[in-house]
Amino acid sequence: MAHKVEFYGLSTCGWCQKTKKWLDEQGVPYDLLYVDRCTEDEREAAKARMKQFAERPAFPLIIVDDGAKVIQGYRPEEFEEVLKK
Amino acid sequence: MTGDRQPDERELDGRAELLMIKLDEQAEASGYHFNPDREMTFLLVRGLVTNTVRYGYPGCPCRLMSGKKIEDLDLICPCDYRDDDIVQFGTCFCNLYVSKAVKEGRAESHSIPERRLPTFEERKAEMKKRRDDPEGAGMKVWRCKVCGYICCRQSPPDECPICFAEKARFERIKAMEPQSAPKASPAPDPTPRR
Repeated sequence: MAHKVEFYGLSTCGWCQKTKKWLDEQGVPYDLLYVDRCTEDEREAAKARMKQFAERPAFPLIIVDDGAKVIQGYRPEEFEEVLKK
Repeated sequence: MTGDRQPDERELDGRAELLMIKLDEQAEASGYHFNPDREMTFLLVRGLVTNTVRYGYPGCPCRLMSGKKIEDLDLICPCDYRDDDIVQFGTCFCNLYVSKAVKEGRAESHSIPERRLPTFEERKAEMKKRRDDPEGAGMKVWRCKVCGYICCRQSPPDECPICFAEKARFERIKAMEPQSAPKASPAPDPTPRR
């Protein structure tokens, strides 16, 4: 089943690169926003969105189906369980 | 026009290669260890170089900088959270520095939770708490019994950064109270003694 995947990352972050690689290899479609490359307005909007779903927002943050599931950090086992179903 | 030229990708790669050698040497000389996954390590050091160009300081590549140095001081690599994270999880937040066990392949490192408090106000309050009541904030003073190195942190390092003695050689010592002002001596008794 295809999920809506919002991916908030940093272009300099190693865990974000690993997450991106996993998603690409598994053929999971996603919308990636590199928050460090955003405009100020986009950045504030991204921070607010992340804050909605995480008490201490950190990168990478994956919001699945508008918050049905949220995964913080590079967690391939959770990715597998949530995104491959 | 400032005339500042932005470095191109190749130049940034070159800077990262040089910085990686320097940081790796510094880490090994002071009881810390670089992640043995060289691809990951290079990416992170490249991130430090990028952040230095962007902000003027090498902020953690896995955290978003505010761009205000005063607010990001705790994130300048090595960040304030490295020691506690390595002790608890075997890796710092971004995975650049790892424990000896991870370095030697006896343990694995994974993505870890964020320890840093989210707002500058909360972090300032936490810093004040540490200053005013270090013990209450979980800070303890440790002394290496081999060389006398003293540090103040939640638990002793895996190895002494000075003499490389193992963690078990550290002892906890009581923090010294600040020296109080000398008490005023009582005024001399004007009555002549017999």
